Amino acid sequence: MDLAIFGFGKGGWGLALLEGAAMTLLVSACGLLIGAAIGGLIARARLSGRLLAGAVGQAYAALFRGLPELLVVYFVYFGTSTLLTETAHTLGHEGFVGVPAFAAGALAVGVISGAYQAEVFRAAYLAISRGELEAAVSVGMNRTLMTRRIILPQVLRFALPGLGNLWQFALKDSSLISVTGLTELMRVAQVGAGSTHRPFAFYLGGAVLYLVITIATSRVFDIAEGRATRGMRRAAS
Amino acid sequence: MDLDFITKTFLRLLAALPLTLSVWFLCVTLGALIAAAVTWMRLSGVRPLELFARAYVTVFRGTPLLIQLFVVYYGLASLPAVRASFAWPFLREAFNCAVLSLALCTAAYQAEIFRGALLAVPHGQVEAGRACGMSRLLMFRRIIFPIALRHALPAYSTEMISMVKSTALVSLVTLWDVMSVALKIRNDTLVTYLPLVLAGAIYFVVNYAIAAAFLALERRLTPHLKPRPS
Repeated sequence: MDLAIFGFGKGGWGLALLEGAAMTLLVSACGLLIGAAIGGLIARARLSGRLLAGAVGQAYAALFRGLPELLVVYFVYFGTSTLLTETAHTLGHEGFVGVPAFAAGALAVGVISGAYQAEVFRAAYLAISRGELEAAVSVGMNRTLMTRRIILPQVLRFALPGLGNLWQFALKDSSLISVTGLTELMRVAQVGAGSTHRPFAFYLGGAVLYLVITIATSRVFDIAEGRATRGMRRAAS
Repeated sequence: MDLDFITKTFLRLLAALPLTLSVWFLCVTLGALIAAAVTWMRLSGVRPLELFARAYVTVFRGTPLLIQLFVVYYGLASLPAVRASFAWPFLREAFNCAVLSLALCTAAYQAEIFRGALLAVPHGQVEAGRACGMSRLLMFRRIIFPIALRHALPAYSTEMISMVKSTALVSLVTLWDVMSVALKIRNDTLVTYLPLVLAGAIYFVVNYAIAAAFLALERRLTPHLKPRPS
């Protein structure tokens, strides 16, 4: 195989692929953050003890874990664009208004990730020992202070392994955003495959880059997990 | 939005369901066979086989299914060596490529589920089987498999549902599954939400049915874990 097509010189796709990889990282990270916001809200709703909020939270999680990711990507992309166009029409604007592919993609990844993150956060909250919450109440902490000092640090610690998994899912889901035309890694591989007529080399090269990203970033999560749990007692091994 | 259009759209989408379901069924079945082989290699204790199994799982779980599918469907088909080989009549069909690459991917996830389930079998049970003089095969059939199956079921049902969702990707390699029919209707009629919502409803019902079936199976297989009647 002639590797010059992956080089950085003239006619080389190296830079384009790396830019695509950077875009993949960026859109996945934004997706994960949006997912964290959604997941946090849903987890809160489910833990609130209110019947309606709990039901809404459960329905959200069930829905977005039961729909194909690709369908969600299309739905968010077309759906938000149609919504925006119609809103623009009522405001007197003519023609089609598209949502930027990046925003729609990050939102789609976030909407899916949020459904899973809700479960991770809920389980993490339930793993906090009751005694610590009671202790916080008994020393007179108000709700906000308790959340900041007792709940959040521990929820984040317990949620880290689950979030590491979901980060990998977000990375892989981000490849689906290529259907909206966002030039992330998958899309660059597609364009390269099309214009050089070397699909095998490009898709394989893209897959290798995905693998490198996955392995490298999961190392980051491992290190973070090690740091977050350094004060915890472990079962003797 | 008239009822006639809704029914028509729904029926067209339903007509594509058999293709989605057959891709799903074939890929999870083939995937289970590959996964069994990978699990066996991983636990064989033979170093090269073990390394291969680990690499297999890492590669197929660490890359998006979409790019795997494209490597198989667009990539392999572009290689002259593949076109000349005996495998070409098989790989020429988009359907076969889709089933193959979905199966290779789910095999990696299933292999991890199988491995976890096998490792969760209490060692004492295996020792007891051995002490009774059971052969390896008999021990597998009577002791290891039944226990491992119960451990594997919850994760396995999640994987089955995840594969139903993954079949939507075959719409990107020219197959007419529920997803691609929905997109076609959207393109032709310029109705944004309805085709996608109806397609989503179909996927959701299928997934719900699979989850319910696995839950029923799990309940049947673990009567000893039922809460005691008070």
